Amino acid sequence: MAEAAAAAPEIRPLVPYLTLGETREQDYLNGSKCGNCGTMYVGPRLFCPKCSSDGPFESVRLSDHGEVYVYSVIHQATPYVKAPYIAAIVDLPEGVAVNTNIEGVEPDPKNIPFGMKVKMFTEKVSEDREGNSYIAYKFKPA
Amino acid sequence: MREVAIVGVSMIKFGRYPDRDVAQLAARAGLDALKDAGMQINSVEALYSGNLYATSGSGQRILQQMGQTGIPVVNVANACATGSTAFREAYLAIASGAYDIVMAVGSEQMGKQGLLGSRGDPATSLEGRVGSYMMPAVFGMAGSEHMRAYGTQQEHFALASVKNHFHSTMNPLAQYQKESPLDEVMNSRVIAYPNTLLMCCPTGDGAAAAILCSAEKARQFTTQPIKVAASVLTSDPFSDRGLTLPDINTLTRNAAKIAYDTAGIGPEDLDQVELHDCFATAELLHYENLGLCGDGEAAKHVASGATWLGNKIPAKYQEDVAPFVDKTYAPKTHAVVNASGGLLSKGHPLGATGVANIAEIVFHLRGQAGNRQVEGSKVGMAHVIGLCSACTLNVLVK
Ligand SMILES: [Zn+2]
Repeated sequence: MAEAAAAAPEIRPLVPYLTLGETREQDYLNGSKCGNCGTMYVGPRLFCPKCSSDGPFESVRLSDHGEVYVYSVIHQATPYVKAPYIAAIVDLPEGVAVNTNIEGVEPDPKNIPFGMKVKMFTEKVSEDREGNSYIAYKFKPA
Repeated sequence: MREVAIVGVSMIKFGRYPDRDVAQLAARAGLDALKDAGMQINSVEALYSGNLYATSGSGQRILQQMGQTGIPVVNVANACATGSTAFREAYLAIASGAYDIVMAVGSEQMGKQGLLGSRGDPATSLEGRVGSYMMPAVFGMAGSEHMRAYGTQQEHFALASVKNHFHSTMNPLAQYQKESPLDEVMNSRVIAYPNTLLMCCPTGDGAAAAILCSAEKARQFTTQPIKVAASVLTSDPFSDRGLTLPDINTLTRNAAKIAYDTAGIGPEDLDQVELHDCFATAELLHYENLGLCGDGEAAKHVASGATWLGNKIPAKYQEDVAPFVDKTYAPKTHAVVNASGGLLSKGHPLGATGVANIAEIVFHLRGQAGNRQVEGSKVGMAHVIGLCSACTLNVLVK
């Protein structure tokens, strides 16, 4: 049976502000800096909501370490994510904050001090029907 | 700008109405509000309809139920502040002199569809893989921020649930009218720490309506017109983490400043507030945002009894609350908060909520709130916040 040549499955970042390298160790988060007012953002931007300029924006490689600002332990499972898990806001040294999951620690509030130092890692979290893989970033205690 | 008065209000009991469609729910509320104002639909010059889930034409579909008089209809969607934004548009229409009599109606039918659902292709969904964007998570993290700043405990937030569930037992229009002592709130299953199930509002169906008119015409319809002393809408200003974690505080603080300046009052003048307690954590944050207490004092404020009906902790809950009472704390305001039972018990049919909060304040200012009546209430405020983000404040005066 002749089949149309299927595109080779790809490895894709789950969010546009994750830049993938050759190996997972080389993945990093990207940000952008407003050339007009200096405000830092997560991911690429065309416009600056702080100073209302259209940049130009300088692309910035964000650090792979940060601190837990706030968190919630989520007990509501989704069909493909096991609960409980820790959802958190992590502050990065560049002055931006990212939404993330904290792994490598039991999801219990007593294990998650505010300001806890954490380090980023990436891993495959899903695969679509065409076989494409999706890579997400997460953080674990540093 | 002209003075504006409310001459009619109504809300249907919030709950589940699988045998009705949303326009029928809204028409019931609309006709009840007209009856309350002693007028017919022919007197209404424009309709402002708040509904979030209807794609468009929500207001026209309501008129197709309750009276197609051919008047202008404006359909409004503004997250959880949808109904209160419709109300404010109605207020502005009267204040500007464009019309003399208008109706604002808020409605929603959520059925079993909750706030927890995820959308889109599961393979590319961020939910649970790059943090959580569910409302319980957002408001859990907002509570976490207060815990980080002030050492607030989960129990402090839970006390807001105990209070609001207690108040709801006196509100026949509330979706749930069930008390929940502190241990019950704390021991119900965690949804998104620090919020447990009994610290999250239910979803449901509902509708509410209000008739607004110019102050000079109000006496034609009622001996108890309620003056709208301020009607404020803000959106979220830029803040450092605001694009990552919605900032529910700054826009509420901005709205409060405008509302107090416009109405010429301060928080100490408020007899009651209906505020947006979609989650128990939110209630405490808004005590501070609205100036009911100082920054970092919300936990002491709820435990002081100031925001409970009668400004005191009922005898049956004194033992629960005792460990959290700070005897050195003296409340500087006396506003009872969420005498209706709040969103936590009354329910939160998104588009209906904003108008229902206003109706609740009107019931009290008229002395019609039954067992939950805030004694001698003369000044009340209705607060609503919708994420991404909109905040409305309406100050109502007897
Ligand atoms: Zn800028």
